[in-house]
Amino acid sequence: MIVDINFVGLIIASIMASAVPLILASCGELITERSGVLNLGVEGMMIIGAISGFALMTVTGSLIIAVFGAMLAGVLISTIFGFLTQTLITNHVATGLALTIFGIGISAMIGKNFVGIPGKEFPVLFEGLKDTIPLLSPILFGHSIVFYFAFALPFITSYFLKKTKIGLIVRAVGDSPESASNQGINVRFVRYACILYGGAMCGLAGAYLSMIYTPQWIENMTGGRGWIALALVVFSTWNPIKILIGAMIFGGLTIIQFHMQAIGVRIPVQFLTALPYIVTIIVLVVISRDSRKIRLSTPSSLGKSFYKDN
Amino acid sequence: MHKFLIRSFVSSLVLLFTLTVAAVAKDVKAAFVYIGPTGDHGWTYQHDVGRKAVEDAGFETTYVEGVPESADAERVLRQLANSGHDIIFTTSFGYMNPTNKVAKEFPNVKFEHATGYKREHPNVATYAARFYEGRTILGTIAGTMTKSNVIGYVASFPIPEVIRGINSFTLAAQKVNPNIKTKIVWAFTWYDPGKEAEAAKALIDQGADVIAQHTDSTAIVQMAEKAGVYAFGQASDMDKFAPKAVLTSVENNWGPYYVDRVKAVANGTWSQKDTWHGIGDGMVVISGLDSQMPSDLQAKVKKLQADLASGKVHSFTGPIYDQKGNLMVAEGKTADDGMLAGMMTYVKGVEGDIPK
Repeated sequence: MIVDINFVGLIIASIMASAVPLILASCGELITERSGVLNLGVEGMMIIGAISGFALMTVTGSLIIAVFGAMLAGVLISTIFGFLTQTLITNHVATGLALTIFGIGISAMIGKNFVGIPGKEFPVLFEGLKDTIPLLSPILFGHSIVFYFAFALPFITSYFLKKTKIGLIVRAVGDSPESASNQGINVRFVRYACILYGGAMCGLAGAYLSMIYTPQWIENMTGGRGWIALALVVFSTWNPIKILIGAMIFGGLTIIQFHMQAIGVRIPVQFLTALPYIVTIIVLVVISRDSRKIRLSTPSSLGKSFYKDN
Repeated sequence: MHKFLIRSFVSSLVLLFTLTVAAVAKDVKAAFVYIGPTGDHGWTYQHDVGRKAVEDAGFETTYVEGVPESADAERVLRQLANSGHDIIFTTSFGYMNPTNKVAKEFPNVKFEHATGYKREHPNVATYAARFYEGRTILGTIAGTMTKSNVIGYVASFPIPEVIRGINSFTLAAQKVNPNIKTKIVWAFTWYDPGKEAEAAKALIDQGADVIAQHTDSTAIVQMAEKAGVYAFGQASDMDKFAPKAVLTSVENNWGPYYVDRVKAVANGTWSQKDTWHGIGDGMVVISGLDSQMPSDLQAKVKKLQADLASGKVHSFTGPIYDQKGNLMVAEGKTADDGMLAGMMTYVKGVEGDIPK
């Protein structure tokens, strides 16, 4: 079988496009978790972002308002989570689950009037360069701005956590809120900020789905991607670069199994559809098996409420 | 005394009249049980369009969405029956047993179950649509319009309804173009726009230039539009989502049947039956044909549509062979409803195996 090099490029490009929402949501959640807060409401925040983006795009006609509005909606709904877990000191797990249920419900309610409306075309960058370099062109060119942002985000996140002072503060708050507090860091403020940032990224991930990837609104359109993003954060042992790898493997296997079906590979289809979940977990567990590193990168106070504050 | 008699006579006449009117236009309340959200723009959405038609006909309706096909369904049905509903439509295959069970407890309430075959009590009727007739038309169009001779088909779950659609589509496409290949990809979902788009993209990347779907969202036609290939709308007219890609859509049109059955309850003429309506009865509707289709193809499709409606043409007319070459339907015969209802083998020309 002759494999056309541009065909490979096309497949890699579609794998990357499918990984975008996972990378955005995971990198957002990673910052939240690094500050010691476990927010299980990723799916809920994503779906809120999806409906807000789509609704704003339909009502205002402006893509910029829609994208930022979706991020703002993610911020607003995560404020509820922040208020409950940080100010009222509720349990993180229960509150996060409630946030997901709330998000799915309220997005369905708002979305009633937006079902059956086609979305607008989202502009892509470097369209003209699409046929210049074999293999690389479809990968590098002709994507939306959110796509490029998503692939820069893991590196920015990694740099932020390792090399910047604010990143250090976030990690300190997640590892030992007591010591951080004694150093004069306002633990509650830092955690609030990280929760809101996570909300914004999840909102953007949702908007990518409803405005760029499949421009339409239907209920539950995130289809469990929020849960996969959550799992990626844990299995990547809170490492943004490994999130990128995990998201690519997951997206890649989802797409490659469709190709295998279309070619007619005789493997049970049910096994093929389960493959992305199984392989992603195995790979991430294997590349992260250094227990010392896991201990170092796991936020020690993850999911624990912090009572004392200045 | 005299006056009193007249007055009471008149008032009792008025009363009698009011009662008669009330009895004739008895307030029939209809309830609908949905498997998905009404916002899916697919299966449930179309049932809800049907429910609104009942409402427009002057009847009160209620609906419950997202009801799981489990003991929950029984609980919902019981509650609807208890709260004064006269007819209850259960719109998913998995409601079959709960519907029959609850129907036994409420002999005065009529139950209508979609896509099932069990009618264990006189107050249970079943109904379904012959969507495969619509797919015969899509196959004819796909076989004519393809240039690469590769047609992609995004399927949902391996059940007779879906297999029947694939077979009917492929038979029709082969008839106009013996060289075509139907590539099937199972998405194992009824609607997940992201996954459906990925499945369609995989088929397009592998050379398919016409994409058919048996999943519900509009993601596939949008992907086809982006890639510059043809596609068909599912359940509702999806033309506005992909004006260039969508050649036509097969629409589920439940409204007339629902209005009919609710009126029958109001008139007291409702009786148990099994309905399986197709293009002829208007339950399956073919949307407007795209102008990109050559005029002789448009004429051919219109004629086929009329012939399917009149019964002159049947989607499964012999000789039909399965993948191994065994005769399924003999020459000159047509597949009977029993065979169609339980169809779990591919016809010759479909590639791959049915997932077990």
